[in-house]
Amino acid sequence: MRELSYAAAIREAHQQLLSEDDRVFVIGQGLWSPWYVGNTMTDLEKEFGRNRIIDCPVSENATTGAAVGAALSGMRPIVVHPRMDFMTLAVDPIVNQAANWSYLFAGQIGVPLVVRPIINRGGEQGAQHSQALQAFFMHVPGVKVVMPATPEDAKGLLVAAVYDGNPVLYIDDRWLYGITGPVPRHMYMTPLGVAAVRRRGNDITVVASSYMVQVALHAADRLKEQGIEAEVIDLRTIKPWDKDTVCNSVIKTGRLLVADGTWATGGVAAEIVAAVVSRVFRHLKAAPVRVCLPDTPAPTSRTLEQAYYPNANTIATAASWLVRSDPSIHDHRPTAELPGRIVFD
Amino acid sequence: MNRETLCQCYRLMLLIRSAEEKIGDWVERGEARCPCHLYIGQEAIAVGVGTAMRAGDTLWGNHRSHGHYLAREASLTGLFAEILGKATGCAHGRGGSMHLIAKDQGILGTVPIVAATIPLAVGAALASSLRRDGCVSVAFFGDGATEEGHFHESLNLAAVYKLPVIFVCENNQYASHLHWSERRPAANLHEVGSLYRIPGICLDGNDVEAVHEASLRAMERARAGAGPSFLECRTYRWRGHVGPRWDIDVGLKRRDELHDWLARCPIRRAKERLRKLGVTEAELSAIEQSVQDSIAQAEAEARAAPWPDEGELLHHVYCAAAPLDLPWFMPSIREAA
Repeated sequence: MRELSYAAAIREAHQQLLSEDDRVFVIGQGLWSPWYVGNTMTDLEKEFGRNRIIDCPVSENATTGAAVGAALSGMRPIVVHPRMDFMTLAVDPIVNQAANWSYLFAGQIGVPLVVRPIINRGGEQGAQHSQALQAFFMHVPGVKVVMPATPEDAKGLLVAAVYDGNPVLYIDDRWLYGITGPVPRHMYMTPLGVAAVRRRGNDITVVASSYMVQVALHAADRLKEQGIEAEVIDLRTIKPWDKDTVCNSVIKTGRLLVADGTWATGGVAAEIVAAVVSRVFRHLKAAPVRVCLPDTPAPTSRTLEQAYYPNANTIATAASWLVRSDPSIHDHRPTAELPGRIVFD
Repeated sequence: MNRETLCQCYRLMLLIRSAEEKIGDWVERGEARCPCHLYIGQEAIAVGVGTAMRAGDTLWGNHRSHGHYLAREASLTGLFAEILGKATGCAHGRGGSMHLIAKDQGILGTVPIVAATIPLAVGAALASSLRRDGCVSVAFFGDGATEEGHFHESLNLAAVYKLPVIFVCENNQYASHLHWSERRPAANLHEVGSLYRIPGICLDGNDVEAVHEASLRAMERARAGAGPSFLECRTYRWRGHVGPRWDIDVGLKRRDELHDWLARCPIRRAKERLRKLGVTEAELSAIEQSVQDSIAQAEAEARAAPWPDEGELLHHVYCAAAPLDLPWFMPSIREAA
């Protein structure tokens, strides 16, 4: 099959959506810029016009609110926030308005809105240019949250988000933009709420989303060298997430590690661990472990930044420990790892 | 304004006043428990603007939107039932007074977060602009909403894209308990659009004819593609921020003001004008009687309506109707759905 980069797959999804459906338009900061949103929107304004690809004033709240209003009026808007941090200025239209609308009015009207915040971190950008706030939005009833990990899903989930008919947060990560993979040429949907098993294994279930899926797959290679077969599950949608696929895997392996690219406290991993423990407790051979960001803002200096983000080694260390540990003894924790990224409490 | 239109305005203003007096009674008696923000005293604005709107135009309200809803002739029974929490309410008992909907009348949902619907109205106008459907959206908000950041963001967006939206500021002097003079340096709200080149006008918000004429001009401008307008309608909220009390506890100043503003009742003014236009007492009485009949009938229907079923609690978190609305090029997916 033809291969595309993750960024090119996002662009192709936009291109096909805009070609096929007059209701679709895109609004956000930096859409006409050659660098603001990577190469995910390159030259689309030339093909579809600046009235449908709207590079907008620095008004996160009003542009997102306008997209909600346009969605209620029958359009299929996509709002882009080039950094998820900036989207905190648009919480009212997402959380108070779009998320509540269907329930408030008993399903008489929906909000077919896609909000696309981009996680854009690393490079010593620091606390306000690095955040991954998916757990915030996962908390709110009425919103769906998707986080593609592969080029194929980057395209298919965007199309599915536009046609879901509800507010969907489509969160992409610039650390994934360069990875390549097979992407069908035609327009297709990756169904929301369905996870993908990216690698089969019997010793431990590793659940991840977005960039952490790629990290987990690297970790699985290292674990194989140690004789440990990890099953890697890509959630794809973190709300509503695919409990059946995750729990069926845990029933098989008896061990769960959740790797999530945000903080541990109140995070996505916490939700998954809680649900798995509630559902399949008797199948667990050991207490689940989370690999997350330490509960601190993102630092800048390279040494601190390197210590901040979990990597394949972090996941491999935690998984190896989890597989080899005696479930009755939880004192023997791996000491080689830096503090914060492997969460035991 | 011609006699026929003014008669219609008089009837709608009276309907709003009477409906809200009824709602106020329910609140006093504890029969209506949701927060009810009454519009009494401001009726000329909703009616003056609402009667200038056309089918297809959208109206975006706020926490004080009974008047906007009724001015567009949405179902009175739907309003009463919603406020009483009944299953037949316009939002099926999920919204109460602050969340009203009447899709057929262009009211796609009113919500109480201050200024929140202003960008939504801009978005509806953006949709109209992209579709070139000739429709206009109207945002109703109070003077307090002009202190929110997204109000200013919205003015700029609407101006830069020349969108067909009318910003209707109902300046009733108070944001909850706080008088405008405690919140703003000057009484110059109508000038707020000048930085964005949005024409602004200061109107007597208790004069339904003046509001109607100004709305027609603003809508004509919007439909012609000339962009947004800002109408500051000065008025006064007779009752409290929320509930039916007269709200004189917020200070002696308000007691004096209230006396003056009661004398400027928009409904009485319209009635006097109708008399001058030759409308007879019998015709006026007929209008008043028809309003009272509507109120009585709607109240009876709302009271007789069932409560929402507890089993519906988890329904509609996501909108189920929308997924069927798939484009033609995905037949296989449509079948799967």
